[in-house]
Amino acid sequence: MTPSQSTVYRQLPAILSLLLLLGLWQGLAMILHNPTLPAPAQVGQVFWQAVVSGELPYHLGATLTRLVFSFTIAMLLGGAIGIWLGRNRAADAFFDNWLVIFLNVPALVTIILCYVWFGLEEWAAILAVVINKLPNVIVTIREGARTLNKDFLEMAQSYRLGKIKTFRYVIWPQLHPFVMSATRSGLALIWKIILVVELLGRSNGMGYQLHLFFQLFDVASLLAYTFAFVAVIQLIELWLLKPLDRKAARWKR
Amino acid sequence: MSGLLIDIQDKTYSVAGHRHQAIANLQLHVKRDEFVCLVGPSGCGKTTLLNMIAGLDSHYHGKISINHSQGLPTIGYVFQNPRLLPWFTVRRNIELVFAEPPPSALIDSLLATMQLNDVQHSYPERLSLGMQRRVAIIRAFAINPDLLLMDEPFVSLDAPSARQIRSLLYELWQQRPHTVLFISHDLREAIALADRLIFLSAAPMQIVADIPVNIARQERHDKTKIEAFHQQLLIGHPAINNYL
Repeated sequence: MTPSQSTVYRQLPAILSLLLLLGLWQGLAMILHNPTLPAPAQVGQVFWQAVVSGELPYHLGATLTRLVFSFTIAMLLGGAIGIWLGRNRAADAFFDNWLVIFLNVPALVTIILCYVWFGLEEWAAILAVVINKLPNVIVTIREGARTLNKDFLEMAQSYRLGKIKTFRYVIWPQLHPFVMSATRSGLALIWKIILVVELLGRSNGMGYQLHLFFQLFDVASLLAYTFAFVAVIQLIELWLLKPLDRKAARWKR
Repeated sequence: MSGLLIDIQDKTYSVAGHRHQAIANLQLHVKRDEFVCLVGPSGCGKTTLLNMIAGLDSHYHGKISINHSQGLPTIGYVFQNPRLLPWFTVRRNIELVFAEPPPSALIDSLLATMQLNDVQHSYPERLSLGMQRRVAIIRAFAINPDLLLMDEPFVSLDAPSARQIRSLLYELWQQRPHTVLFISHDLREAIALADRLIFLSAAPMQIVADIPVNIARQERHDKTKIEAFHQQLLIGHPAINNYL
């Protein structure tokens, strides 16, 4: 068996499973024959038209730009605060209640408050997403920082590796699984919040478009846009996160 | 010339709310390039002392000074467990401790001396404990430290592996003499390696005997000489039996 044949063979169950889902959907659409459940082919056609007209790329781009900004800010800020709380018991005890409060504030409340306090601005939208995501990142990275191997830190200290080298080569590899976990859950959470943010206070983006399709009862467009976004997230997983995982885990047995 | 000066009045820490004095009035002078073995009962504070010298523990009353040429003293520390970073290969673990670009020729020569050339690109988890300990010894020697601390580096190894690494360590030290402070529970091992044996009491740790090993270096491989010195030591200093 050639390597390409072997890859196809390995992927076969996943491909069959997706085909089954499409088949079920097609069958259901044919039985119900209702505009609220368009067939896969119809959704595909709408998808293609939206791509060719440039409408889907424009709105997808707007949402992805917001996602990149809010995700980067939340990860950097949350990572730094998480490490600090994980390594400093007094600070952790002091701020623990803040974390619990922010974790439990509904996303919708934060979004509304940001728009009410700061206006329907782009940065208010990004701030709302960051505030929603930040506590999750902090909690995940804090757990990682708490479990840092003391033996390795002592080794780094006794050999005077310095702060930058210690962080890069001793601390970061230990935090990597926690960062990846925060990244995955972050992407899943952020894009859902961004849709609400766009629905409530922006004039472009996937959330804005979905709201429009809802008002028009245009289910085919609604599904076409949803698949486009899910596909992008899957590509990020396949092309970015999985290779990073493999690289970081190459030393494991 | 002095390699290491230790003058500790008091080292106390809390255990479950109780104050425990680990070290009291300990003075020790180690000459430059001298190999000194610390022998004492478990839990007497030997590792605590090494951690204090390495700068990992600064909560004590007293002074520790290490002879060094410039800047901060460099210390090579071989811990009880090898403490190799599992995500780096053997070679990267050694290269990591260099502040400047690592000298390839030196690392190659140390790997050859320790018979680890073949596994230099392997990850530590794929090596035996004995091999990992050899890597830890190379890492400590490689930076040409002002002081080398070794905390029972052969513990939990089978006797042949321990013997092999001991002789490799000895060869390395003869090629590159350093001031060494070495902790051991094995008196024969200490006799085979050291210029001086320091016997320590149970906590609060104090020096109970300071005995030079007057066996010529070229005769250290001779088991009968080591055994004779061992017997002579036990007869001449019966009190040390209590500390072994």
